[in-house]
Amino acid sequence: MRKKLAIIFFALVCLLAFSAPAVAHHGYANYDTDRKITLKGTVTRWVWSNPHILVQLDATDESGRVAHWTVESENPSTLIRSGWTDKSLKVGDQVTVTVLPVKNGNPVGRIIDVLLADGTRLPGRVNPATEVKPEDTPKP
Amino acid sequence: MWKRFVVPGILLASLIFSPLANSQTEKPKSPPPTEPGLDGWGRPIVPPPQDRKSAPAPKHDISGIWEGLGISGIGVLGATNMPEDGKPEHQPPYTAAGLEALKLTKPSNGIRSVLSSETNDPVFKYGDPQGMPREDLYELRTTQILQRPENVVILYQFNKVWRVIWTDGRELPKNPEPRWYGYSVGKWVDDYTFVVTTTGTDERTWIDRAGRPHSADLRVEELFHRVDHDRLELTVTIDDPKMYTKPWVALDKFRFDLMPPAFDVREMIWSPSEYEEYNKLMGNSAGDSENH
Repeated sequence: MRKKLAIIFFALVCLLAFSAPAVAHHGYANYDTDRKITLKGTVTRWVWSNPHILVQLDATDESGRVAHWTVESENPSTLIRSGWTDKSLKVGDQVTVTVLPVKNGNPVGRIIDVLLADGTRLPGRVNPATEVKPEDTPKP
Repeated sequence: MWKRFVVPGILLASLIFSPLANSQTEKPKSPPPTEPGLDGWGRPIVPPPQDRKSAPAPKHDISGIWEGLGISGIGVLGATNMPEDGKPEHQPPYTAAGLEALKLTKPSNGIRSVLSSETNDPVFKYGDPQGMPREDLYELRTTQILQRPENVVILYQFNKVWRVIWTDGRELPKNPEPRWYGYSVGKWVDDYTFVVTTTGTDERTWIDRAGRPHSADLRVEELFHRVDHDRLELTVTIDDPKMYTKPWVALDKFRFDLMPPAFDVREMIWSPSEYEEYNKLMGNSAGDSENH
């Protein structure tokens, strides 16, 4: 009986252990919102349109692999309030992009930040579902 | 004997849930926005002084170009005041039919979210119009209100749609042909409060981004309250006895600030061709499990 109780106790602990990540987050189902990776590469395509802007780049990730990535951020109407314009990027630009990667391992991500070669920083938005605040307005 | 396992078990559980164990999953946060923003004409947006004192509200006047604070009107998890976040207090009062209808909707965000490639959100899957009240509850951005003697016209930035609210005293039609944005009438209930009632909305629309359902009996009330010269508040109440046991407030005193008359509203249109391109590049790649 005691042995059975011990087994049940450890089973419960293990169940909690494996379920812990499941309570970590919600929203943006495609993305792993718990980690970020940094890519350095060359812009091969720049799409400034709705529903979301897209950047494609040939990038080297942290493990040294070169891959063709597609990364997105918000729509132009939101990003225009954060310093982005339709002229922010062009094919051939050298950029450093920090992204949330998608869960399925494809070279797809959500932009946290873009750093241009001249030092200009273009901020993205990680997850409006959890970060929308009425204070997000341009400040003088 | 089992007591031997209690302390190790507690230690193990502590490690699992401890910040140290989860340090590699510290959540990335959005960097702060850079300044300045630009209006639709490419001109810098000059925000008002923080200590601005507003003039009194004009009577019977909600006209102007109104801007929500930042992206406070985005409604990514559904109705801003009832987001679908799993909290009991944010669960609308569904009827049994409402719960069954909810199961049929597959939003691409929130606690019931599916992958982008699997959603049946009509706005995202087909590019259907948002309709009412979703136009107030998802991507509520710069809103222009024009007042005429017979009606009030509202122009929405998102997808560049408009609505006409009749103020000539007419009744709402009974059993009308459904419309995406329904039929709206409005009246002043006091000098600073304009109330709009909308019925006859198409059942194919969702209440909000989270996929809350509605029937043909949906009745939406919008209450526009002019607080002072520079501020307007919007409250949206949902009333649909087939889907909900009682009315519920989807948006509560949403704050709009008055923009200068010369402010140009940026165009924000989700065109089908752009959306198809986006889905091709992102929706399938992000949701496709075959490329593991």
